[in-house]
Amino acid sequence: MVKSNKKGFTLDIAFICLLCLLPLLWLIWRGYNGDLGVNPIETIVRQLGVWGLRLLIVGLAITPVARIFKQPRLIRWRRPIGLFAFAYILLHLTSYIAVDQYFDWAAIWKDIVKRPYITFGMIGFVLLIPLALTSFNAAIKAIGGRVWRNLHKLIYVIVPLGVLHYFLLAKADKTMPLIYGAILMVLLGWRLFEAAKRRR
Amino acid sequence: MFIKRIRPGNGDISENEVTPKGVYDQRRQIMKLGLGFGITAAVAGCDMMDGTDAEAAQVKGKLAYKPGPFSTHEKKTEYDAVTGYNNFYEFGTDKLDPAKYAASLNTRPWTVKIGGLCGKPQTIGIETLLKNALEERIYRLRCVEGWSMVIPWIGFPLASLIKQAEPNSKAKYVAFQTAEKPKEMRGLRSNVLDWPYVEGLRLDEALNPLAFLAVGLYGDLLPNQNGAPIRLVVPWKYGFKSIKSITDITFTERQPPTSWQRYGANEYGFYSNVNPNVDHPRWSQATERRIGEFRRRDTLMFNGYGDQVAGMYRNMDLKKFF
Repeated sequence: MVKSNKKGFTLDIAFICLLCLLPLLWLIWRGYNGDLGVNPIETIVRQLGVWGLRLLIVGLAITPVARIFKQPRLIRWRRPIGLFAFAYILLHLTSYIAVDQYFDWAAIWKDIVKRPYITFGMIGFVLLIPLALTSFNAAIKAIGGRVWRNLHKLIYVIVPLGVLHYFLLAKADKTMPLIYGAILMVLLGWRLFEAAKRRR
Repeated sequence: MFIKRIRPGNGDISENEVTPKGVYDQRRQIMKLGLGFGITAAVAGCDMMDGTDAEAAQVKGKLAYKPGPFSTHEKKTEYDAVTGYNNFYEFGTDKLDPAKYAASLNTRPWTVKIGGLCGKPQTIGIETLLKNALEERIYRLRCVEGWSMVIPWIGFPLASLIKQAEPNSKAKYVAFQTAEKPKEMRGLRSNVLDWPYVEGLRLDEALNPLAFLAVGLYGDLLPNQNGAPIRLVVPWKYGFKSIKSITDITFTERQPPTSWQRYGANEYGFYSNVNPNVDHPRWSQATERRIGEFRRRDTLMFNGYGDQVAGMYRNMDLKKFF
């Protein structure tokens, strides 16, 4: 693990948390002003989902950026970003269940088993849960750094599932999901490249 | 075929705008100065070509019409929603894009060319089409994406136009085509669909009394984003069948291709009748969200128009011919 001189809730972490909160505050502000458009439920569900995915990707970008620019402190940003990503995705799922489907569990279950995009999205969400639950110092201590590191490699499966979820639900214009996919490939490709270098 | 006009930077003005008197006078002023002819032509439309200088009905867009049959008594969807949330990929794939960018479409002059297997092929100007006896039909619209609206269309039955062209005995289908104007339709830069947009109906479907050609909504001329100057409305089918900004109607013997079928034949069939029992491969069609409502509602077979249309599909497997 990268050592840094200051720990805990430092100013930079507070700033990251604030940034991560902005999309949610913006959405709430729009809702308060009745500015969520003609189909507000769709707007809410989609905005929460897309911000969850964006934060997941930003989280994946932290390590390469920290290494390339030799800024080990940045590594500490991964945890708040990852937890906020989880929070957005949890709200995304909650809004789908509670607002979009209005607790129609039969319809929701059908969606999960029949619609590949929902299946992949749900798998991704379920896999995120253990990562969120182990994003506290006490949890890392309890399971041990080695297990923790291996467990958190699940993110390399989760984010592609998120992009796939987005790609499959887009009706015809796949531009945005493809852009996310391309960024993801670069971020994962960098890791493969680094791993290959280390092995040599 | 169209007279191309140079229109300097007037993309933000739509012809359907209710023109305040002051602005109107300003425009007249510009016209007198001999500038921005295109703007005035686009705004003033046919009244100018008629040579009248009065603030004619066309400018305000108010249409004279009578109530027509088959109208629902359900609550109408807000005008702002009907005109602000559209799928019209010629102007972009976001549902807010058409309202933002469709003003660049010049709908005057405009002709609809009717041809193919018929006795009287003809090209009709929009002014002539607007002189048809107009009626209002308040129809449900169900989008394939799972949302719906209730829209008061103004127009005339498609059957009346078809009969005028006298399709011959070989004609089995009717093909429709949307305008393809790359300079006025920014969405054409993307190849998300094959342009121009094409659609089709079986001849008996086209002759069904429900099938409607709309030239207006909510009493006004159609806003561009809703398919000005003339569009199809087939309310028992998913919204994408109701092709917008029509330039060509052709009678054919073979089933014509449709844009969404070309995009994905496993997802979008030729018939595309609203059917809660046949899901889109990627999402359920069992329910829909009526715009303006909170809870989803059940989607009705043929969008609730079974009495008028079910007979046409009596011996067909609608799971196969979706």
